[in-house]
Amino acid sequence: MVAMSTVMRETPLHEWHAANGGRMVDFAGWSMPVQYTSIVDEHHATRRQAGLFDISHMGRLRFDGSGAGPLLDSLLTRRVDNLKVGQVRYSLMTNESGGILDDVLVYRVAERDGAGEHHLLVVNASNREKIVAWIEQHLAADTTVDAKMTDLTFDWAMIAVQGPVAVELAGEFVDVDPAAMKYYTVTPTIVGLESGAKLDALVSRTGYTGEDGVELIVPSEWAAELWQELLDRGASRGATPVGLGARDTLRLEAAMPLYGHELDEAISPQQAGLDFAVNLTRGRGGPPRDFPGADVMRGLVDDATLPRRVGLVADGGRAPREHCPVLFDGKVVGEVTSGTHSPTLGHPIAMAYVAPQAAAVGTDVVVDVRGRQLPARVAELPFYTREH
Amino acid sequence: MSVEDLLFAKTHEWVRVSEADGGKLATLGISAFAVEALTDLVFLELPEVGRQVSAGDSFGEIESVKAVSDIYSPVSGEVVEVNDELPNKLELFNDDPYGAGWIAKIRMTDEADLAALLSPADYEKLCAEEAM
Repeated sequence: MVAMSTVMRETPLHEWHAANGGRMVDFAGWSMPVQYTSIVDEHHATRRQAGLFDISHMGRLRFDGSGAGPLLDSLLTRRVDNLKVGQVRYSLMTNESGGILDDVLVYRVAERDGAGEHHLLVVNASNREKIVAWIEQHLAADTTVDAKMTDLTFDWAMIAVQGPVAVELAGEFVDVDPAAMKYYTVTPTIVGLESGAKLDALVSRTGYTGEDGVELIVPSEWAAELWQELLDRGASRGATPVGLGARDTLRLEAAMPLYGHELDEAISPQQAGLDFAVNLTRGRGGPPRDFPGADVMRGLVDDATLPRRVGLVADGGRAPREHCPVLFDGKVVGEVTSGTHSPTLGHPIAMAYVAPQAAAVGTDVVVDVRGRQLPARVAELPFYTREH
Repeated sequence: MSVEDLLFAKTHEWVRVSEADGGKLATLGISAFAVEALTDLVFLELPEVGRQVSAGDSFGEIESVKAVSDIYSPVSGEVVEVNDELPNKLELFNDDPYGAGWIAKIRMTDEADLAALLSPADYEKLCAEEAM
């Protein structure tokens, strides 16, 4: 008998996770910690002090060449042509029918010595291979374009430091002041370690938790040392390693969509409520942009008949979960895409796609939770907004 | 409460058997290992008193922040009592899983059900394997 085995990918921090109570699970083919202690404790630590997240599993694609910007502009739903050096932008990649291939961050990065620049695309782990193939296909279609893509996912690690003390803590490791950086900006930096090592790195004021914070991209071989020093130096300020479980509850409270749940190839950006992430023209009244699915979306802009992404709140302890049907007036009008018990709010929250007649904030609906009828109400998104 | 007088199901429920009215009464709950694995408990649905269950039936639910798990009856019989204060005091699962954290009592109809359950030592081995 031939043993079937799937080799899971491991981040440079895998050994640390396994040795420090990380409960390892398969996430998009990666062995990742879902939690170390308790999802609720890790969640609160991020909201109140600082959470450290290993997000090395996310895909990091570097683009060089004078054609890199135009190439990305031709593939992303948002403009890349007017992205300033040092700016980061949330965007979508869509297929020819306007379905969402992935949601991404695109970075325009200055080289540290000031000579030149490149673009960086951070994509979901679950979509990395698909996106690489998609971009390669477009690169191959016109070999005159001066653009080169390099998949640096395995060369670089990525650590998110998120929460009220995150910027201060991370700032102690870099030779720039992240507190002076605007949200959604990136800068090349040198990370200094106690061993004296100096790492070429990127620091960005970005995150996926609804908290302030930074994300650090460092060479893989130094990730474990940096991670440990962040924890050691941050321990007295409440810095805590956080797994994917709390990453999910944090992003859900902040109403950030997760690919495979709120987003997939059958969903348009308009349905997802991500109109802001689609530029059909270059500036208001400007010339039309062309990217895969743009023409389909031009026809969709006013289409109010499709199911919409909404937030749901409920009382009690039973949470609506993915795939639970949503009923309005006794009829199924939609389906839950993510749901949990909100650690910050203390009650169940969910995101769902529902028909327009049930999508208005305040609408009373019923969620069928494994045969039980759970009263719920359409609520404003996000569920949580930070005060500071 | 001693763990030594308990029997365990592979699905992580425990049973303590006592004599009552000339029959066997099974008090049951979920193991400390299961409580630890679930963490962050937010909701418990108790079985209904009077319900007839067969060994292996799902007759309750326990929900954590992360997921929902069924609670399976390790024995057949009638649910004669449930721990009404437990849904509002989920911390009892952590504080005293084999005592105050009991879930239900079942008047057993088939003592042979007990033969399918694990001794504390065998259950510990099972947990060690699952934790790997």
